[in-house]
Amino acid sequence: MNKIVSKEYLSDRVVKFEVEAPLISKSRKAGHFVIVRVGKKGERVPYTIANADVKNGTITLVIQKVGKSSQKVCELNVGDYITDMVGPLGKATHIENFGTVVCAGGGVGIAPMLPIMRAMKEAGNRVISVLAARTKELIILEEQVREYSDEVIIMTDDGSYGNKGLITAGVEKVIQREKVDLCVTIGPAIMMKFVSELTKKYDVPTVASLNTIMVDGTGMCGACRVTVGGQTRFVCVDGPEFDAHQVDFNEMLMRLKAYDR
Amino acid sequence: MSEYLKAERAQEWREALRKSIKNKDRITIPRVKMPEVDPVVRSRTYDEVNLGLTPELAVNESHRCLDCVDPTCITGCPVEINIPKFIKNIERGEFLEAAKTLKETSALPAVCGRVCPQERQCESQCFYTLKLKKEPVAIGHLERFAADYERMSGNISIPETAPANGIRIAVVGSGPAGLAFAGDMVKLGYDVTVFEALHELGGVLRYGIPEFRLPNDIVDVEIDGLKKMGVKFETNCIVGKTISQEDLKAEGFKGIFVGSGAGLPNFMNIPGENLIGIMSCNEYLTRVNLMQAADPESDTPVYKGKKVAVVGGGNTAMDAVRTARRLGAERAMIIYRRSEEEMPARVEEIKHAKEEGIEFYTLHNPLRYEGDELGHVQRMLLQRMELGAPDQSGRRRPVAIEGDTIWLEVDEVIVSVGVSPNPLIPQSFDGMEVTSWGTIVVNSDTMQTADEMIFAGGDIVRGGATVILAMGDGRKAAKAMDQYLADAMI
Ligand SMILES: Cc1cc2nc3c(=O)[nH]c(=O)nc-3n(C[C@H](O)[C@H](O)[C@H](O)COP(=O)(O)OP(=O)(O)OC[C@H]3O[C@@H](n4cnc5c(N)ncnc54)[C@H](O)[C@@H]3O)c2cc1C
Ligand SMILES: Cc1cc2nc3c(=O)[nH]c(=O)nc-3n(C[C@H](O)[C@H](O)[C@H](O)COP(=O)(O)OP(=O)(O)OC[C@H]3O[C@@H](n4cnc5c(N)ncnc54)[C@H](O)[C@@H]3O)c2cc1C
Ligand code: SF4
Ligand code: SF4
Ligand code: FES
Repeated sequence: MNKIVSKEYLSDRVVKFEVEAPLISKSRKAGHFVIVRVGKKGERVPYTIANADVKNGTITLVIQKVGKSSQKVCELNVGDYITDMVGPLGKATHIENFGTVVCAGGGVGIAPMLPIMRAMKEAGNRVISVLAARTKELIILEEQVREYSDEVIIMTDDGSYGNKGLITAGVEKVIQREKVDLCVTIGPAIMMKFVSELTKKYDVPTVASLNTIMVDGTGMCGACRVTVGGQTRFVCVDGPEFDAHQVDFNEMLMRLKAYDR
Repeated sequence: MSEYLKAERAQEWREALRKSIKNKDRITIPRVKMPEVDPVVRSRTYDEVNLGLTPELAVNESHRCLDCVDPTCITGCPVEINIPKFIKNIERGEFLEAAKTLKETSALPAVCGRVCPQERQCESQCFYTLKLKKEPVAIGHLERFAADYERMSGNISIPETAPANGIRIAVVGSGPAGLAFAGDMVKLGYDVTVFEALHELGGVLRYGIPEFRLPNDIVDVEIDGLKKMGVKFETNCIVGKTISQEDLKAEGFKGIFVGSGAGLPNFMNIPGENLIGIMSCNEYLTRVNLMQAADPESDTPVYKGKKVAVVGGGNTAMDAVRTARRLGAERAMIIYRRSEEEMPARVEEIKHAKEEGIEFYTLHNPLRYEGDELGHVQRMLLQRMELGAPDQSGRRRPVAIEGDTIWLEVDEVIVSVGVSPNPLIPQSFDGMEVTSWGTIVVNSDTMQTADEMIFAGGDIVRGGATVILAMGDGRKAAKAMDQYLADAMI
């Protein structure tokens, strides 16, 4: 049982929570996630740890309402308890001074990008963030992103904010302008696929954080499996970050629809 | 025979019982038949298939046991339960005494009576099997009877515990190995905390073995018993992730027992295996057992295929295929590359599966899968096999019959071709010696690992094994750790 200590709407459909989890907040690193279950009939669903406050023993989750399970979390209020939460899970992001790092975050993917951005910045990288969403309201956490970025480029599909166009246009602009040593991308699978295709063209090493379907999150079931470089890997224990150029995104997109209701 | 067994056998009441019926009469009694729910009815519910023996049936079966001078049955039991003693207690109507006898050596008799592969263990070494070439005494059924009788009587004996010694002991994993270890350590007065990664306790007993074979209530009673004895449980806590080896030491834990199991599912790595509708047995059973996905109120989804193929021939495969049947499969099929004789599953499970209309494609091996335009599995290509020469394990090796393949229409496939040791602890703990299979190396007499304060047992040491072996390891480790800590204190 983990108590919710704060709740804030970042947009209509995106909620930021701070949750009591002293052990997890102490041991987590950038890139880790937790598995959350709400109610005795609830399913186990993964969310990235967007931030942690070791002093207060809390972690931050940023959750987008998509379907039933994310809805259930988002309906909880300050003082309510999350029935079960386990973590930190997955491998931490590999952080070092690469040089120039482009962080390409789409939609709710901006939240899990935040701790990575920050760690990259603290490791001495020049961080260029490209944020993208359908429309202005869905660009979340811009202020915090600015704090850890040397430059922020914003893209919206409808042109309601920043530049009009897809995330790939923003990333391509940077790559054409200067040498990029690493690209990190988090967002909807289809977006990561296009970012990956673009950076491959320019030979920019790219890491994608995959959001497959999970059950246990500890390597026990194989629900999260993806093909990377021709081999089956488990996202929850071998990932969630992989060399994007090796990921079979088409298979991943297909598998994400397994339980579409 | 040990002095203890001899002395027990020499007791007056045992002698009197032996004299009460002649052996030549005992051996004419036919073996009891376990009352079962009708196959047509049961293949639609999760209720337990075996109903259990009535007291009359149990006493009648107990008459068959000859209380042998040399009870060879005991050598077949990995934890050496005093089998004639508990059976003779049933014969004289002292059912609670029978349960107590079981508990002298077994931590989970109600579980083992249900899931032990008796035909390969105790019952295979019974005098009836060895010498009379008759059906053995139904030791497993009787064990279950005594344990259930005690539970249902409300007179569960909570074993006495030694005065608390304040020494903290950590247990990683709440499967049978961890539970058995925790039970023995708390009896010795230790302050025991069990850490479990999942949100429920019991390991495979909870997430793997289905309700129709091992009801959750039974596991709950065992765990409640441990709680009453003072064992603490922390769910949602992954040792090596949520808390580290150093954290445990810093918190003052003086000994660690690792019973983290063999939770890693194997796939066959054949084309099309990642299509939608193909999953590991662990995923399938976890969804249904742990997450109760078949309950319409549950948020967790599960496929309810009409044509379900389960690849494999072990207990796990039988559990999956029978679960699929209960979820409404019109065709529920076992695909196994050897013949039925080589199947590792318990004989009773194979029998039950057949009664429930499960089809057996033995000597068939999957080659690849094909799906529809959305990526849902549609059919699988099977290679027909024949048996060749025996391999190292003594089983005859299956070989492909060149060119002989068939397509099978399926809409769900469950891959149940074994599990590998859970790599979490070997990866995150310093000082572990690990085999190339990923199992933790221990001293087989003490279950102690290369790090003196860490002991291990169950599937993490053996690869996939059995409940009774896991439990036996836990008990052995408790004894050895107690000794190790006592020596360390001096
Ligand atoms: C490592 C990782 C980190 C993630 N981090 C975040 C985050 O920080 N914020 C955020 O908003 N989202 C995150 N996600 C995605 C989030 O888990 C899904 O959006 C969520 O599970 C959707 O569930 P739903 O029932 O609300 O949606 P629906 O789209 O209605 O889901 C339909 C069905 O698909 C299945 N399903 C779909 N995705 C998942 C999943 N990932 N795990 C289990 N079952 C699934 C479920 O069975 C569900 O019943 C992350 C995913 C992964 C793998
Ligand atoms: C479907 C199925 C059917 C079976 N049928 C039979 C049968 O009929 N008869 C029989 O004798 N055997 C059967 N077996 C085998 C038997 O269940 C196992 O041999 C036995 O459960 C092993 O016990 P264990 O305690 O070693 O591990 P497990 O029961 O696997 O328990 C390990 C526990 O440790 C937890 N864990 C792992 N890592 C960590 C960590 N780092 N931190 C905290 N917790 C952790 C896991 O979540 C799990 O709960 C079956 C197995 C399966 C899967
Ligand atoms: S524990 Fe298993 S092997 Fe031992 S007597 Fe009981 S059923 Fe037989
Ligand atoms: S070997 Fe068979 S008959 Fe003899 S004591 Fe054991 S169970 Fe009874
Ligand atoms: S979620 Fe089960 S193995 Fe990854």
